[in-house]
Amino acid sequence: MSTLAERAVARTPNRLALRLGNLSDKAIAWLFITPSVLLLLAINIFPLLWTIQLSFTNYRANRPNAVLRYVGLDNYRDILTDPEIWHAMQATAHFVLWSIAMELVLGFGLALLINRRFRGHSFWTTIILLPMMLSPAVVGNFWTFLLQPQIGLFNNAIAVLTGVDPSSFQMIGDVRLAPWSIIMVDAWMWTPYVMLICLAGLRSIPDYIYEAAEVDRASPWRQFWSITLPMVMPFLMLAILFRAIENFKMFDMVNLLTSGGPGSTTEVASITLKREAFEKWRTGYSSALAIILFVTVFGAANIYVKALNRVKQR
Amino acid sequence: MNLSVTAHSVAEPTARSKRIASFVVVIYALVTILPLVWIFLTGFKTPPDSIAYPPKILFEPSVEGYVNLFTTRSRQTPEFLESLPPPQTWYERLVRSRNMVIGGPSKVVPRFANSMIIAFGSTFLAVCFGTIAAYAFSRFRVPLADDLLFFILSTRMMPPIAVAVPIYLMFRNLGLTDTKLGMILLYTAVNVSLAVWLLKGFMDEIPREYEEAAMVDGYSRLRAFFKVVLPQATTGIAATAIFCLIFAWNEYAFAVLLTSGEAQTMPPFIPFIIGEGGQDWPAVAAATTLFFIPILLFTILLRRHLLRGITFGAVRK
Repeated sequence: MSTLAERAVARTPNRLALRLGNLSDKAIAWLFITPSVLLLLAINIFPLLWTIQLSFTNYRANRPNAVLRYVGLDNYRDILTDPEIWHAMQATAHFVLWSIAMELVLGFGLALLINRRFRGHSFWTTIILLPMMLSPAVVGNFWTFLLQPQIGLFNNAIAVLTGVDPSSFQMIGDVRLAPWSIIMVDAWMWTPYVMLICLAGLRSIPDYIYEAAEVDRASPWRQFWSITLPMVMPFLMLAILFRAIENFKMFDMVNLLTSGGPGSTTEVASITLKREAFEKWRTGYSSALAIILFVTVFGAANIYVKALNRVKQR
Repeated sequence: MNLSVTAHSVAEPTARSKRIASFVVVIYALVTILPLVWIFLTGFKTPPDSIAYPPKILFEPSVEGYVNLFTTRSRQTPEFLESLPPPQTWYERLVRSRNMVIGGPSKVVPRFANSMIIAFGSTFLAVCFGTIAAYAFSRFRVPLADDLLFFILSTRMMPPIAVAVPIYLMFRNLGLTDTKLGMILLYTAVNVSLAVWLLKGFMDEIPREYEEAAMVDGYSRLRAFFKVVLPQATTGIAATAIFCLIFAWNEYAFAVLLTSGEAQTMPPFIPFIIGEGGQDWPAVAAATTLFFIPILLFTILLRRHLLRGITFGAVRK
């Protein structure tokens, strides 16, 4: 390693480094961590604390000069007894559960197929990955075009495949279909995400385990259930964790695709939150809702991570 | 070893199963890419062609969508158009053929520039902060390190709308509403958690012996960091930077709530590219295409580190 060091010594000394040269490791550690922590305190934790404070008030951001009154837990009580909020929670649960279910089935299936390492699998994998890198908002916006009855690509593709009239159904405008259209677009976007994580799981299984199973004449079906699935399980659970957090917070894609409509059939939690905070300007109420949502995600994620660690240890 | 004569050793799938797999995967890939191809094609349709029924697969390509994207136009009476001097450029001629005249450039160029400035500015800061913090977490025994790292990660679990209210109030008090500086700071804070987690993984992979050897040779800790560790971490830093860039480039929720003009980025702008009677789809498709191209290039560049980036470094390959 001395050659590397010699080469570096030959370079001009860094003035900052010289001045700070005799700092202890402990000082450097704190010096290095402080900027990130300060930034997060200022832009994440301080707003969070402020949200907590606002959640106990009747504050309205569009009337900054109105008298601020502390209302105790009233906002929380109103939220938990508000049927609209429960409706939004149901819509969110429906969206989260079904989108993850679809992504798991499709993503795991694709990963199993890609893991057979056919010729060109790497190229096609990259193609499949593209949707998940795009901006969800812009994706939501152009899917409104693709899902238009009559002129949209989707309706016409369905028409070609099944023979129904392309103007006979509306994916976004129909109360029954709209919840499925946000699930479908989410699955289109995020199936590759689950696929990529599953693929890593499949590749982590050493070949000799399958070879041993082969010696024992275990059927492929048996091999899948007792080797592949248990070994991929921690990866699957990780994928579920990340997707669940992301989809619980889902705002951009749904806001552009259906903006909660028709009526409030696709009004997921974040859309309700935006309406309360930035359309009705009920800042105190929406702050309480934000806290409830955050505690839900945070609590659920913590419990889940514990379960994940148990699966990993097995 | 009689294993090698087994007809279908699982280590190497049979030719038939490979064929079936490749067939299904290629079909899926083609279906999944179709919406993107359609958007790309729509960018080269005329407005009537873009909303034709049945949808046109074969059409005469036109750059009208791109012209409409970059200009504002107004419809005029034939008498007024007669009175004008003949059009000077090809795009004026194109607009004139629709009985319109160009009013001036549209806002797409400043919006695109905002996206670039905000994405690059916040990425630069997030990567700088993230690199040093990751080094500290990787090399030193920081008290409560796990708690701090978890705290850094947990800031990502908040729905953006949940913190948008106080950030909106904070920005209003500080005069940061609708400024590029405000957006850069905000995106830096969001990205720094990703940067710390990813870079810690990359730093952990650099053997400590490198910098220890340099320190034995009389380097201070800081010089060893700048001259030995940083050059080794270049790949990781570059991959992290691209992930931060993509996040800031794609972000919508904060952008739509906290910007309206001066600092507006592309994602909130694209849905409001309006023609006569609703969204001007060829222009929207053109904007979408231009907006996606950098991401497509980055995805190909990142292919090897993608998994690590999307799982916060939890899965490495």
